[in-house]
Amino acid sequence: MAEPSAWSPYAAVLASRMRAQLSYPTGFALDVMGSLLIAVTEFGEVWVIFHNVHVLGGLTFDAVLVLFGLSNLGFGTADLLFGHLDTLPVFIRAGTLDAFYLRPLPVLTQLMTSELDLRRIARMVVFAITLVVGLRLSHVSWNLHNFALVTISVVFGTVIFCALFVCAASLQFFLINAPELTNSFTYGGSYASSQPAAIFPTPLKLLFGFLVPVVFTGYLPTLALLHLPGPELLPAWLAWLTPVAALWVWLVALVLWRWGTRHYQGGGG
Amino acid sequence: MNEAVIDIEDLTRTFSVKRRGADGRRRRSTLAAVDAVTFRVLPGESVGYIGANGAGKSTTIKMLCGILVPTSGRVRTCGLDPLKNRRDLARRIGVVFGQRSQLWWDLPLRESFSILAAIHRLDAATAGRRTAQLVDQLEMRPTLDVPVRQLSLGQRMRAEIAAALLHSPELLILDEPTIGLDVVSKARLREFLISERASRGTTLLLTTHDMGDIERLCERVLVVDHGRLAYDGTLPGLATTVGAQRVLVVDLMQPRPDLLGIPGTTHLGAEADGLRQRLGFDAAATTAADVLAAVASHAEIRDLSIEEPDIEDVVRRIYQSMG
Repeated sequence: MAEPSAWSPYAAVLASRMRAQLSYPTGFALDVMGSLLIAVTEFGEVWVIFHNVHVLGGLTFDAVLVLFGLSNLGFGTADLLFGHLDTLPVFIRAGTLDAFYLRPLPVLTQLMTSELDLRRIARMVVFAITLVVGLRLSHVSWNLHNFALVTISVVFGTVIFCALFVCAASLQFFLINAPELTNSFTYGGSYASSQPAAIFPTPLKLLFGFLVPVVFTGYLPTLALLHLPGPELLPAWLAWLTPVAALWVWLVALVLWRWGTRHYQGGGG
Repeated sequence: MNEAVIDIEDLTRTFSVKRRGADGRRRRSTLAAVDAVTFRVLPGESVGYIGANGAGKSTTIKMLCGILVPTSGRVRTCGLDPLKNRRDLARRIGVVFGQRSQLWWDLPLRESFSILAAIHRLDAATAGRRTAQLVDQLEMRPTLDVPVRQLSLGQRMRAEIAAALLHSPELLILDEPTIGLDVVSKARLREFLISERASRGTTLLLTTHDMGDIERLCERVLVVDHGRLAYDGTLPGLATTVGAQRVLVVDLMQPRPDLLGIPGTTHLGAEADGLRQRLGFDAAATTAADVLAAVASHAEIRDLSIEEPDIEDVVRRIYQSMG
């Protein structure tokens, strides 16, 4: 009999995780509702801001819907795929991380596939709708140029946020019990990404433009889609370089991860 | 052929700890959890690795598996560098940390086994055969559909050991496998390990606080104390080295003067005017039955018990003898 494929271990774990979540349908339905409410509230926040200001950072309400949809769809997908990496401190403290080291698979890929939180799909649905409505209202036509831009920014935006989750998890090896600091990386990064970066002072533009390049996940593609020029330091054509930004964060993430696992001291006796 | 399964040389691991000094200031100091330990374990050997809590047993094991990075020294497990070849090594060793589970707590046991089989990429036939074999030998059939979190400690420990053996490793490392188990569960587990080793020749490294585990399962004992290897040899040899004795406690029908001169024993004391007397003897020199027979010829016995030397005591004595 042929040896099972390299993917089969991950498929087996993920399938069992999904079965476990769906085995309590009521609880699962409530979780989905909760997740949906949070997403709608976040959307409400934008609505309230634009009720008072009609243009923010050079973007109209219609444009902000595009920005908000793009960046949050990327973040939501990353959260679905990698969000559970923030349980790493629990694994470290309980010593259960050791079990991952005892299996013939990379520790990071095991952690990535150790859970798949299906309720987070609710969030993705809300922001996908926001994106589509925003594109409609902004009269963005579905030509090849725009389709490619949207695809690149959602796919590589997800990749960028995934890397940020890995960065945050890596820091947990050094900072036991500092979830707030590492949350600032992921949730903070997501918040920054849904703002029109033109309103940022230069240091923040540099930070979110190049160091933690979340402007690539929403703001730059929005500018490119709507043919807006973009502020100093962040011209719209940079949107095409989103894959490069993704590569950069992943490089940082993997270096941090390697450093973190080497620093791991094992939990308990 | 005789390549060592475990080969460590001058292995050292230090941790940096923050402590509040006498002046109330925080100081960093380093603590050697494992300090220049050297030993080799050959294929098929069965080794008890004992020492007090915090002596460095688990730290050594974590370095053997590639979980912890050694501060200095050399480790080879199954001929591999555990850090560089952790994944290849994981296919060849099975490890159970008694205090923490590697099963999926919210899934039925059966599913944990099938996930682990997938993780080790066993083909369906091999996985099915091996799982059935382990489940039968460890008598786990009735618990297969129970979620892991509902298993008793004894059931869970058997499940953990089956999980560690699913991929038929050549080295099995058990860290406190019998901790908290009742007498019957302990006995069952030991019997299983004996038969598993007899049929497959698996090398075993075991840490425990239970002398019974060592007596039943291990031909060789390593004692570690404060991170240093204090003894490497057989169990009877260990008892001789430290003068650890088994103690026969007899309750007599009538009070009697001290039972001196029973061959192979030392009189350790008497209570209640000689109604209860304690006789120490070396298990290598005589047997409990001989001592008992000799006592019976002097006095009528009402009750008796035997005290085994405990590991803490043995380790303490070793430490004292090293000065």
